[in-house]
Amino acid sequence: MKRISDELVQQHGLTRDEYARILEMLGREPTLTELGIFSVMWSEHCSYKSSRVHLKKLPTTGRRVLQGPGENAGAVDIGDGLAAVFKIESHNHPSFIEPYQGAATGVGGIIRDIFTMGARPIALLNSLRFGPLDDPLVRRTFAGVVAGIAGYGNSIGIPTVGGEIAFDDSYTGNPLVNVFCLGIARADEIVKGVASGVGNAVYYVGAKTGRDGIHGATMASAEFDEKSAEKRPAVQVGDPFMEKLLLEACLEVMRSGALVGIQDMGAAGLTCSTCEMGSRGGAGVTIDVSLVPQRESGMTPYEIMLSESQERMLLVVRRGREAEVERIFEKWDLHASRIGEVTADGRLCVKHHGEVVADIPNAALTDAAPVYRRPMAEPSYLAEARQLSLGSLGAPPPPREVFRRLLVSPAVASKQWVYRQYDHMVRTNTLVVPGMGAGVVRVKGTTRALAMSVDGNGRFVYLDPFLGAELAVAEAARNVACTGAQPIGATNCLNFGSPERPEIMWQFARAVEGMGAACRALDIPITGGNVSLYNETDRRAVLPTPVLGVVGLLEDAATVVRRAFRNDGDAIVLLGTGRGELGGSEYLKVIHGLVRGVPPALDLEIEAALQRLLVKGVAAGLIRSAHDCAEGGLAVTLAECCFNTGLGASVDVPPVDGEATFEAVATLFGESASRAVVSVDATRAAELVAMAEAAGVPAAIVGRAGGERIRIAIAGHIAIDEPLAEAEDIWSYAIGRYFDRPRAVA
Amino acid sequence: MKFAVVVFPGSNCDHDAYYAVKHVLGQDAAFVWHKDTSLAGADVVILPGGFAHGDYLRTGAIARFSPIMQAVRRFADVGGPVLGICNGFQVLLEAGLLPGAMLRNRSVKFQCEHVFVRVEQTDTPFSTACRQGQVLKIPIAHGEGNYYAEPAVVERLEQNRQVIFRYTTAAGAATPDANPNGSVNNIAGLCSEARNVVGLMPHPERACELAIGSADGLVVLESAVKSVTRGAFAAAG
Repeated sequence: MKRISDELVQQHGLTRDEYARILEMLGREPTLTELGIFSVMWSEHCSYKSSRVHLKKLPTTGRRVLQGPGENAGAVDIGDGLAAVFKIESHNHPSFIEPYQGAATGVGGIIRDIFTMGARPIALLNSLRFGPLDDPLVRRTFAGVVAGIAGYGNSIGIPTVGGEIAFDDSYTGNPLVNVFCLGIARADEIVKGVASGVGNAVYYVGAKTGRDGIHGATMASAEFDEKSAEKRPAVQVGDPFMEKLLLEACLEVMRSGALVGIQDMGAAGLTCSTCEMGSRGGAGVTIDVSLVPQRESGMTPYEIMLSESQERMLLVVRRGREAEVERIFEKWDLHASRIGEVTADGRLCVKHHGEVVADIPNAALTDAAPVYRRPMAEPSYLAEARQLSLGSLGAPPPPREVFRRLLVSPAVASKQWVYRQYDHMVRTNTLVVPGMGAGVVRVKGTTRALAMSVDGNGRFVYLDPFLGAELAVAEAARNVACTGAQPIGATNCLNFGSPERPEIMWQFARAVEGMGAACRALDIPITGGNVSLYNETDRRAVLPTPVLGVVGLLEDAATVVRRAFRNDGDAIVLLGTGRGELGGSEYLKVIHGLVRGVPPALDLEIEAALQRLLVKGVAAGLIRSAHDCAEGGLAVTLAECCFNTGLGASVDVPPVDGEATFEAVATLFGESASRAVVSVDATRAAELVAMAEAAGVPAAIVGRAGGERIRIAIAGHIAIDEPLAEAEDIWSYAIGRYFDRPRAVA
Repeated sequence: MKFAVVVFPGSNCDHDAYYAVKHVLGQDAAFVWHKDTSLAGADVVILPGGFAHGDYLRTGAIARFSPIMQAVRRFADVGGPVLGICNGFQVLLEAGLLPGAMLRNRSVKFQCEHVFVRVEQTDTPFSTACRQGQVLKIPIAHGEGNYYAEPAVVERLEQNRQVIFRYTTAAGAATPDANPNGSVNNIAGLCSEARNVVGLMPHPERACELAIGSADGLVVLESAVKSVTRGAFAAAG
């Protein structure tokens, strides 16, 4: 008799063809436990079945790469025998359903990925996307996500040193929460997620297993609809204290040398960790789920294998050293349970009180999982959306008004309301605090520091996926270079809609190609990352949002440069060329409510030259401050260089070519790429300009820092002349005001 | 001179305190595990920041039962200098080594930022190297740092000059706006009646180097060195 009905197969998110493959691979009908195991391992979230063929095109190797994609995190050599271990991951779906816990457990998950590699986590970043803050539901999500990130990171004692936040209607029902973590390990002591050595014991340690999070991976592989709120039990609850204990105990176990391999139980929990560790080690793993510590009674093998309870680790221990490992965990009041052993047969064998309930070749769950070349088609919206006729918009508002409206736009406004809630100073390494471009932490015991930035502009990718993704790489790397650090590696988080729709798949494929092109040109290998698809609500996809996390190495931490002007009278130099590009800009969105046009052009050779120049200019002690030009263009960038310094600025810039009525706004608020505003001792400004010219980077001395006003002239005509204090005031409180004002609606 | 840094399982500023003492101040430092029963001959004890046992119940509520706290109490009873920073301060309150309690911040949010505190008294082992009225720029990082005690207790604290640090403006004015968390009388730190136990919410160990934003906190740790060297607070470890 058939035990597995068609309906059951469908409920598990498996297609008819996929089920036929399961029958073929097993040579028999699966048990219910086996069906559950296949369903999570073959889910989009775990198998990357739609994205894998495209991801292969990314550059993943380089002279500093110690670990590329395929492990829990990537690693790059940073000298002194040390490695920077880092990765970014999404927790979008859980964060919509339960903002605080969704975001908190996202942080917990990425931290586990890092310490699993034997690295001590030292910094967190996050990239967040929400709907407009005018919407009370969005405010609730926003506040919950921020509090969740803070609650977890602060408690465990890892500083959140930076990040970025943007807003668009498309994220209202599907916020994006991407979290990045970086840790430091000895380069020769990186630990892998492998199971090997027949007869070695398999241990389970950490929180007990409950029914929470069952089918979390399948949930992350489906779109949202009005029933999504009912999925709340699939979101886990985080326990940062438990994770802190695990972190310290696991690092201590790793130092003991008694460990063969280790993996955290993230998506697909015990299932994923057992089959992946076995697969990587070319071995098998047999466990008995009745030995797994359980929080609830009566749990079935199916539930135990699919639970996504947080703060759990799976370890393979060298034979004969079990007691030593158990002692270390006991010191931290953790109990390590021996639940199985490594076998030679390359299979995942699950028993329940000795009786086999699942027996599957690892390969069927990992390497031989389905891979799809999904159909692709250029989206129909594209041709129309790329048309931008400024003339049809009527006359733009005066520059002063635009300037003020952009400063209070949540994407541009100060994120102090957010960053104040994150402990960004713990571990006493933070050289550049959040909200200032790239975050920078020193590496104690060396002279070096690491800069890191996460960036992505969904509007640009929406209007041109290839170019938009290139721009994301360029911006993240430029932010890192602005501190004086050389970009050395990257991790990506690709947030898109449903891959089953050809136009989404086209966006995805084009974006990955663009990302690869830019990473190759800038010599930044991608060492791992995460793909999050099905970011849709009621069939409306989010803006395609690939986020790049770039890590840079600063040889001398003492030379670090920040974005803020330093001295009254320093010369302001504009590197790069403004071309007045308004396509996809913050200006168009805020002032005209439009997401239209063609994103700014990018010449990767000039971009690379600019970044080399920034690194060189900082190392030479020439550049005193540097800030990348991004949302809001030159005017906003200049203002941000003044904020928190008490120093105003006065500059005079040439006008850009283009439509006469838009000349001023295009000059001030256009978002042309490959630009940075730097300051330099006035007596050495010419030296910097000469250095730039020799490097092939356009450069011009445009004015001076100082005074109490932000004054921008275009070819001698004053366009903006605002008191610094006023501009800083509206910029500082723009986000807080959404939350501090009396609540009008319940 | 030897500093003991007590490590609870959820301490997360233990490394920062150790680093400040050992690598910035150049003094000897040792971690002491919370299940230990001896302070191993330390001259100064630091209870660092963090979330001692997760603090889901009440900050520091469980930590006071850790075995090491008996040794800390004995050390304090005989005049040994004890500094509780942030969560360490909360633990001292729960252990009854200092009076009062912590409420959630007035903002009902975790706050991490630089604040200014004024040194009110210099006759404690953690303020003796300061000038009276000196304003220090030191960061806070807490969700529950809103100090509260009953009015009679606060009055006694003020009369006994037990308030050691007070939140002020950069110019040293104890205004309501300068109070980041709602603490009664802008109290940022206080000492025991015997003056050898000091607790404060701001993190002096995070403000020991200009490279990370401020070096104003160093004077708090230097005070301990000065006072122990002088023998003013001699104690049997």
